[in-house]
Amino acid sequence: MTRAALQALLSHWLRSPFQLAMLLAGLALATALWSGVQALNAEARAAYATAENLLGDGTSAQLESPSGRMPEGEFARLRRAGWDVSPVVEGRASLGDTRVTVLGIEPLTASSGGTSAELVTPDLTGFLAGVGFAHPRTLNEIGTSQPDLRPSQAIPIGTVLMDIAQAQTLLDMRGHITRLTLAPVQRDGLTPLNTLAPDLRLVAPGDGTDLAGLTDSFHLNLTAFGLLAFTVGLFIVHSAVGLAFEQRRTMFRTLRALGVPLRHLALLLAAELALFAILAGMAGLALGYLMAATLLPDVAATLRGLYGAPVPGTLRFDPVWALAGMGMTLAGTALAGGQALWRLWRLPVLAPAQPRAWAHAGARSLRLQGGVAVALAIIALILAQINGGLITGFALLAAALLAAALIMPLVLAGGLALGQRLARGPVAQWFWADSRQNLPRLSLALMALLLALATNIGVGTMVSSFRTTFIAWLDQRLVAEVTVTPRTPSEARALQNFLQTHADATLPMQRIDARLAAQPGQVYAMKDHATFRDNWPLLDAVPHVWDRLAAGEGVLVNEQLARRAGLRPGTATLEMPDIGVLPVLGVYSDYGNPLAQATLGLDRFTGAWPDTPVRQFALRSENPQALITALQDEFGLPGNQITDQAQAKALSLAVFERTFLITGALNVLTLSIAAIALFAALVTLSGMRLVQLAPLWALGLTTRRLAALELGRALVLAGMTLVLALPVGLVLAQILLAVINVQAFGWRLPLQFFPADWARLAFWAGLAVLAAALLPAWRLWRHGPHQLLKVFAHEK
Amino acid sequence: MTSALTIESLRKTFGSAPDIVHVLDNADLELSRGQSLALTGESGSGKSTLLHICAGLEPFDSGKVMLAGQDIAQADDSARAALRRTSVGLIFQQFNLVPSLNVAANLAFQARLAGRHDPGFVAELARRLGIAELMARYPEQLSGGQQQRVAIGRCLAARPRLVLADEPTGNLDEATGDAVLDLMLELAAQAGAALLLATHSTRLAARCNLRVHLRAGKLQVSA
Repeated sequence: MTRAALQALLSHWLRSPFQLAMLLAGLALATALWSGVQALNAEARAAYATAENLLGDGTSAQLESPSGRMPEGEFARLRRAGWDVSPVVEGRASLGDTRVTVLGIEPLTASSGGTSAELVTPDLTGFLAGVGFAHPRTLNEIGTSQPDLRPSQAIPIGTVLMDIAQAQTLLDMRGHITRLTLAPVQRDGLTPLNTLAPDLRLVAPGDGTDLAGLTDSFHLNLTAFGLLAFTVGLFIVHSAVGLAFEQRRTMFRTLRALGVPLRHLALLLAAELALFAILAGMAGLALGYLMAATLLPDVAATLRGLYGAPVPGTLRFDPVWALAGMGMTLAGTALAGGQALWRLWRLPVLAPAQPRAWAHAGARSLRLQGGVAVALAIIALILAQINGGLITGFALLAAALLAAALIMPLVLAGGLALGQRLARGPVAQWFWADSRQNLPRLSLALMALLLALATNIGVGTMVSSFRTTFIAWLDQRLVAEVTVTPRTPSEARALQNFLQTHADATLPMQRIDARLAAQPGQVYAMKDHATFRDNWPLLDAVPHVWDRLAAGEGVLVNEQLARRAGLRPGTATLEMPDIGVLPVLGVYSDYGNPLAQATLGLDRFTGAWPDTPVRQFALRSENPQALITALQDEFGLPGNQITDQAQAKALSLAVFERTFLITGALNVLTLSIAAIALFAALVTLSGMRLVQLAPLWALGLTTRRLAALELGRALVLAGMTLVLALPVGLVLAQILLAVINVQAFGWRLPLQFFPADWARLAFWAGLAVLAAALLPAWRLWRHGPHQLLKVFAHEK
Repeated sequence: MTSALTIESLRKTFGSAPDIVHVLDNADLELSRGQSLALTGESGSGKSTLLHICAGLEPFDSGKVMLAGQDIAQADDSARAALRRTSVGLIFQQFNLVPSLNVAANLAFQARLAGRHDPGFVAELARRLGIAELMARYPEQLSGGQQQRVAIGRCLAARPRLVLADEPTGNLDEATGDAVLDLMLELAAQAGAALLLATHSTRLAARCNLRVHLRAGKLQVSA
């Protein structure tokens, strides 16, 4: 019985291979987008873990100096006091053709838990004699000038591991170290560290600026996008499975009448769905892997640009990822096919299959759907009032999008009813009435289209608003004509002397790492100068903010810190390390920076941290090119140490554009999936619609006119969907700008409108819908009479 | 009398050699306005095919079919569609009402397509057909007999020259079928339309002016 029944069920797909292809394509694409995004996330997180494991930082506490360096003597002093500590030197240096992070360790005292210990132990003598390690890609970038470096996949990209003495020489840090790593287990009865080294700051494991924590928002955004694309893909599956079940209603009735038990039939259909899910899931995983491999270089560049995260640009295959992807596909298929199975369970054996009965059933479910949509909209409104973090933000986004998608068929039905009321001719009247009748069959595909269009509008508006604001902000922040980065502290001093006579103004950039309002952050020094007074992008400030800052009476904070810690200029204060509590004088925008940041007047800063090296000089000059030439002549500085304003802006914009490249790619993929959903629904429906169209043909409408009406119907429905998508997309953009961005990155951007972008999207969406509707319409026109005649022939 | 339909030496085959089926083999027929003709024959004899050819729905191999003075073999798709709109009324066994329109809109549909919509005539037809109370209902809310009466009303409301009815009472019980046919004959005669009725039933065929039997592709005039 099982074999015969399964054969009968599968015969439907053999006769409708295109429908099967669409179902599999929907599932495969949904799986591909979801698993692709997960592969990207997993690869990046693996890279963070590699970086953290290098020195076992994730499990070790550390001792740091606020100025970023401490005398080497601190190490010896603490060791003599019995503390099991190991020194680390870290800094940026030019090596061969590139700049790298140099990490120097002392192998005899280094923690045995990190990757570095595993690398160094087998050839300790070689390491002490000058052998270093770097990722093969870093070695390629460095070139052949460093013969003592060996390749190792365990080292993060852009980092070179070497003996501490060598690193100190390279970084011009002789006699100094960056930090001390504490072994996890220490002897009992030691003098407490706050007594022994009161100037050093103890950073607990996982309390520093760990990459995984910093990049969480970025990955959550990616995951949300992947989930959205997966949902849109499931709409295709739901639509295809639903239509296939409706088409096979007569077959179910026959099978049951012939003695196949309902439970058995449901199990067979579930098995059929599972089989499709496994087949499509495997294809989807392969596609997802390809997609992730293609997008990874851009994601890696974004993560490096935004967070300095050392993510490699090549993808590895992880079986756990594949299993998780397959599990998601099976779960998604169960969700998408569940309703169809439920309807089969509830279907009376001899249920009529009249189209209007279907429409009436559709009307009932539409009312229910409307109720759910209203409930979701209320939930969204409540969530909008709660300032509950990123998860709440995404819940708000999901509730708003689902509410819009669920209410859409009701709004469309209302629009079509209005069209029918206003229609004058019989064909026009039929056109609107028939569109209404077929709405339930198309509504899932249209909902997918709405989600894709709204996402495109919303994300596009967010990115364009961001771009406009960012460009204006760059003009304010990058006022200095030239910036120069000294390679060593001694070079910094020499540069400062030289620039006193060669630049119109020299603005030194000094900073220390510090915890601000319990967050990882940095404190910057700002020289009192018109460059800052006239241009600095202040969002809010107390009166005479610049005078008060120069006098050391307070601190400026970036928007991220102000929002997270609730700091308002004039009323709030901020606890500054080594200084104490200072009033907050102003808040400035600081796009692209994941860290909290505070800015002090230069005198106040150097008073607190006198040994802090200058990291960069911003230079004002009437003749920047001459200044650059002079600097190169005098100091022999390579090109990557000197940047002019145009280069800096171009670099920042390039980072910005790369950041949103993946968003753009996912946008296009989501819209493509929606177009496929519509295509699948229209093609499946075209076969079922012959019965409805045949009488019209017999009554004197040509197949060409019927085909044109079918095409027009698809365009009208898509047009109405696009009109609805616009406000939904703008609401989405507002949520992204005012809630998600604020929660994820700490900055809020003004919503701006870009009608030209909407027109472009409408054009592409129209083209996609036209392409989706063209084949069924063309088939009706070319093969219409032959097909339509069969309807009458089948009457007998 | 004016000719509504003329068929001369009509040939229609299905399939290809050596399995050719001659559905219509040199068939001739003449039907004038006001006449009713019953076309009988066994299942699969080609009755429906002949009706489809007369309506310009199906092509034929050779011969001539003149509908309202026009040779449909010479007419292109648009012209054949226009003939169906203005000159032919089709009644199917399965009614083929437009499911998305209510009874009132279905009744008026073909007349409006033909540009001959007369609300008074439609209301009168609805009254005569006993469906005046059902105007707001949709097809699936009607019984088989009611649906067939709406299909007859839709056809006659357009005042066609030729009514082609394919087993119009095949889905109805005997009493209802008789009543529906009586009404169809009466209304067709009143409208001056010719009626070509395909049926299995010799009892129903006996109620028409003329009777022909289709066997092995040949049309034979019955007694």
